Amino acid sequence: MATSEASTTYKKIQVRRYKPEENPEKNYLNEEKGLWAWLTTVDHKKIGLMYLASIAFFFLVGGILALILRTELWTPARSFLDADLYNQVFTLHGAIMVFFFLVPSVPTVLGNFVLPLQLGAKDVAFPRLNLASFYIYLIGALFTLTAILTGGVDTGWTFYTPYSATTGGNVIMMTLGVFILGFSSILTGVNFIVTIHKLRSPGMTWAKLPLNLWALYATSIIQILATPVLAITLLLLTMERALGIGIFDPALGGDPVLYQHFFWFYSHPAVYIMIVPGFGIISEVVSTFSKKIIFGYWAIALSSLAIAFIGFLVWGHHMFTAGQSSLANLVFSFLTFMVGIPTGIKIFNWVATMYKGSIDMKTPMVYVMIFLFLFMIGGFTGIMVGALSVDIHLHDTYYVVAHFHYVMVGGMVMAFLGGIHYWWPKMFGKMYSELWAKIAAGILFIGFNMTFLPQFIMGSQGMPRRYFNYLEQFQPFHQTSTVGAYLMGTGFLIVAIYLTYSLFKGKKAGPNPWGSRALEWQTASPPPLHNFEHIPVIINGPYDYHKPMSEFQLGVASKHNGHHAEETVDVPESAQEKA
Amino acid sequence: MSSTSATEEKRLDHVQHHFVDSEQQFESAKMGMWVFIVTEILMFGGLFVAYIVYRSWYPELYLEASTQLNAFWGMVNTFVLIGSSLTVAMAIRSAQLNQIKGLIYNLYITIGLAFTFMVIKYFEYSEKLGKGIAPGEYYTYDGLEHEKANIFFSIYYMMTGLHGVHVTIGIGLMIWLVVKAKKNVFHSEYYTPVEITGLYWHLVDIIWIFLFPLLYLID
Amino acid sequence: MNRLIEYMLPPAKSTLAGETDALFAFINISSFIFIIGITLTMLYFAWRYRRKSDDDVTPVISHNNILEITWSVIPLILVIIVFSWGYSTYMKKISPPSDAYEVRVVGKSWLWEFHYDNGNVSVNELHVPENRPVKLIMSSDDVIHSFYVPDFRVKMDVLPNRYTSVWFEATEQGESTVYCTEYCGTAHSNMLATVHVHSQEDFEDWLETSGGSGEDLPPVERGEMLVQQNACMTCHSTDGSRLTGPTFQGAWGSDVPLENGETVQFDENYVRESILEPNAKVHQGFQPVMPSYAGTLDDRQIDAIIEYIKTLQ
Repeated sequence: MATSEASTTYKKIQVRRYKPEENPEKNYLNEEKGLWAWLTTVDHKKIGLMYLASIAFFFLVGGILALILRTELWTPARSFLDADLYNQVFTLHGAIMVFFFLVPSVPTVLGNFVLPLQLGAKDVAFPRLNLASFYIYLIGALFTLTAILTGGVDTGWTFYTPYSATTGGNVIMMTLGVFILGFSSILTGVNFIVTIHKLRSPGMTWAKLPLNLWALYATSIIQILATPVLAITLLLLTMERALGIGIFDPALGGDPVLYQHFFWFYSHPAVYIMIVPGFGIISEVVSTFSKKIIFGYWAIALSSLAIAFIGFLVWGHHMFTAGQSSLANLVFSFLTFMVGIPTGIKIFNWVATMYKGSIDMKTPMVYVMIFLFLFMIGGFTGIMVGALSVDIHLHDTYYVVAHFHYVMVGGMVMAFLGGIHYWWPKMFGKMYSELWAKIAAGILFIGFNMTFLPQFIMGSQGMPRRYFNYLEQFQPFHQTSTVGAYLMGTGFLIVAIYLTYSLFKGKKAGPNPWGSRALEWQTASPPPLHNFEHIPVIINGPYDYHKPMSEFQLGVASKHNGHHAEETVDVPESAQEKA
Repeated sequence: MSSTSATEEKRLDHVQHHFVDSEQQFESAKMGMWVFIVTEILMFGGLFVAYIVYRSWYPELYLEASTQLNAFWGMVNTFVLIGSSLTVAMAIRSAQLNQIKGLIYNLYITIGLAFTFMVIKYFEYSEKLGKGIAPGEYYTYDGLEHEKANIFFSIYYMMTGLHGVHVTIGIGLMIWLVVKAKKNVFHSEYYTPVEITGLYWHLVDIIWIFLFPLLYLID
Repeated sequence: MNRLIEYMLPPAKSTLAGETDALFAFINISSFIFIIGITLTMLYFAWRYRRKSDDDVTPVISHNNILEITWSVIPLILVIIVFSWGYSTYMKKISPPSDAYEVRVVGKSWLWEFHYDNGNVSVNELHVPENRPVKLIMSSDDVIHSFYVPDFRVKMDVLPNRYTSVWFEATEQGESTVYCTEYCGTAHSNMLATVHVHSQEDFEDWLETSGGSGEDLPPVERGEMLVQQNACMTCHSTDGSRLTGPTFQGAWGSDVPLENGETVQFDENYVRESILEPNAKVHQGFQPVMPSYAGTLDDRQIDAIIEYIKTLQ
């Protein structure tokens, strides 16, 4: 293909400059209209937006569940829920947030939208498969909703046996839902890997791959390697309940700790499925708003891969108190610390990128700062629970709850919000209110810390997680936490309002409102149906801010840029640059 | 990217809009299937791990329980699947050589062999279920002394069952290929679906080649 | 900082608590230094290098290997310290001295049973001597539980198909709370117990008097005591309110509707059967989740409980 022609055989191709159109008449949003066109679209951008809508819905549901939990915990005893209902609510909060929001969000929304644009491709490698992944996601969601409406599930999102094999409710529906969802995740991973390998535009070598794509690539690798194991685990669990196969049920001769190994073999790497794409967003945003070349490109790119691989070897740190051998604990504890190193490297490189930059504190950059601060706390408390003797004390307490909310909400959700604010003008061609965006970010920051900082303290003091009743000494912490949760809810509400408002009344964004050098900004906003009117040709790295913008807008005429539309081949005559 | 004459243009109907050329599309599809095969191996890998864990805990259980499996029919099934792998490879060869009839015949034989496999599997299952060798808590057979015999058969049913589901999916895929081939969709320039279905079928075969000795031939 | 860390942790009442807390403090302090340092740097950069005009030119600083190595190696050294420190204390936490006093612990949904070497059983109360290593050998009758005493900084999962153990040496007399920290269903958060640390003599006294078996009490009072000791009230109220199980109030002599539509009379035999084999006849609308008390309660004790339930009209 074209890449090899440009890079390995050094065939000269003539390119010319394609300045993105300021006011394109046609774009992907208005070219195919109507509900049916949306539901059957194979366009990666529209699929990304459909995911955005579904994920926003599940985030809302999960968020409401969280507020119900926090409200119930206002008093030490029963406030307004029964214990059984409370147990169902925390199970659903966890399961929905993890499987329906955290795992798919960045890859399916921002990944789908941005990945082909950043590669200079017209679409992902398998557009129909991409649409199929979306519907598989919806079918999985449907199963889960059925489970909620027909008996509910009270196992906790981890479905630990033997409790999950014996309790009432509709666990089968729930595990089947997550099983199906897994295939959506696998197919997205397959699609992204092949797209990154095979659909790079001419000149896009691995060394010029945007860091966002390195992150998505690492994520996809984890997705395809870990998710099948979750699938088989949940299938075994489903069979456990349906046929009583007994592999995990001690009453039938099985072993419950084996289940935990199986489960965490997926679910620990899954944590990196959630956070690594966030790292990609941070790299893009930090470079754009510092207007400066990224510091340590290879350090950041390879540390993503390192995290992906070491992440597979640390699952046992969820089981330090589960009765596994001390040798296993030794190894898992050591490897856990080893994941900390590449993560630290990333943080240092991002901060170093800001050095001597030209820093513009627009909303996405504000989210990067919030991310860095909160994620650091999440990371360092990870060191705490990775240390064996301390983890014995902290395991399964609110300390762990606070730790992973700092990583997941403080890290991943903040990065996601940063990404949404960064690419929003590209998605819809509209700008949101900068003032409201900053107010909301401030509220989220305060609300978040108010919710979860007290949880570190009560966790250290011994408050176990998943408790419906608690001792009175913990009440002040719980109440602060509850107030913080409502503050956070308000913050998210404001975000939803001003973003929706911007769709109708927002100012026109123009193709490149941030002055970024990255490829996705070198086409119109919103982009045309097939992303570029030409085939982009890349001669510079995505962060070469020391080079003029014109060198980032090169390409050759596209041969067939529609669905087999007959077009005359436009031979470029006024070539300004050569590759 | 080279100039194409009008007749060749028609042959390029199969190239989807987002690919530059036929070769890129073919390479992508093939790589996609390989990556998917990796996920399949990991999925079965989970079951193999469960198998290994229980085998290391209860080696004598495996020795004892595997005597209930019929190695002869297992062997027959192994040859059936290896044969079908051969015919699917011949189907790809036919497609490459533009021999559409040969492609269809080879697909028919493959489908036939796959059915044979499933029929033999059906008789094996029903013979065991008749004896009360059912998975897990429905296990009622008393010919085995080991108290965890039910677990062995749970693993047996899960592994062969999941494999059987894959064989069934393969049959579906090949019927779809036959329909497409009859519509003259495939030719020497375009046989990607045949190629990747073939890859999938080899995977199904290889998994069985592991399952057979691990379950049937423990002595 | 020290005050803060003291505030964050529960009182340290075992020999190994201090070592755990020291590592906790070390990680907290070094993390604090890193977080503050990096955050201040970040904020300083954001202010010092703020954008002045849209045509700002930035220098090309693409990488610096010495820096990369520095900020890989320093954290590496620190985490290796933390790792070794954590591991060495952990090894002490899992290696009980050979002369430890052993107590058998059984976790059931949702109570803790403690069996002592002289045959005594206490429910939801663990009595141990001060300044003597105690080793708990634990198993579960149903699902996974986890035994956690924050004051001692110990925790271990309690599994249904194997024994696990935990040990500690309490350093001061008093009471500490035991929590279940592995989610186990409806009354998970009520599965609490209390550790009573006695002096050696008091502990032996307690063992002698078997924690007050109440054999000399009148049956009704003994029954009430047993109902409390055995944590029946976690699930069965005595005032008519509905908990996990049916209430005792007004139960005596009533007809109990079962799941299969039949009814059974609430009499001596039904109570006895329900204590020894709880899931044989489950009251309609309730889950079959009660653990069996066979081996925990003997016939005389069951008689006393029956007498007590009779009074709850």
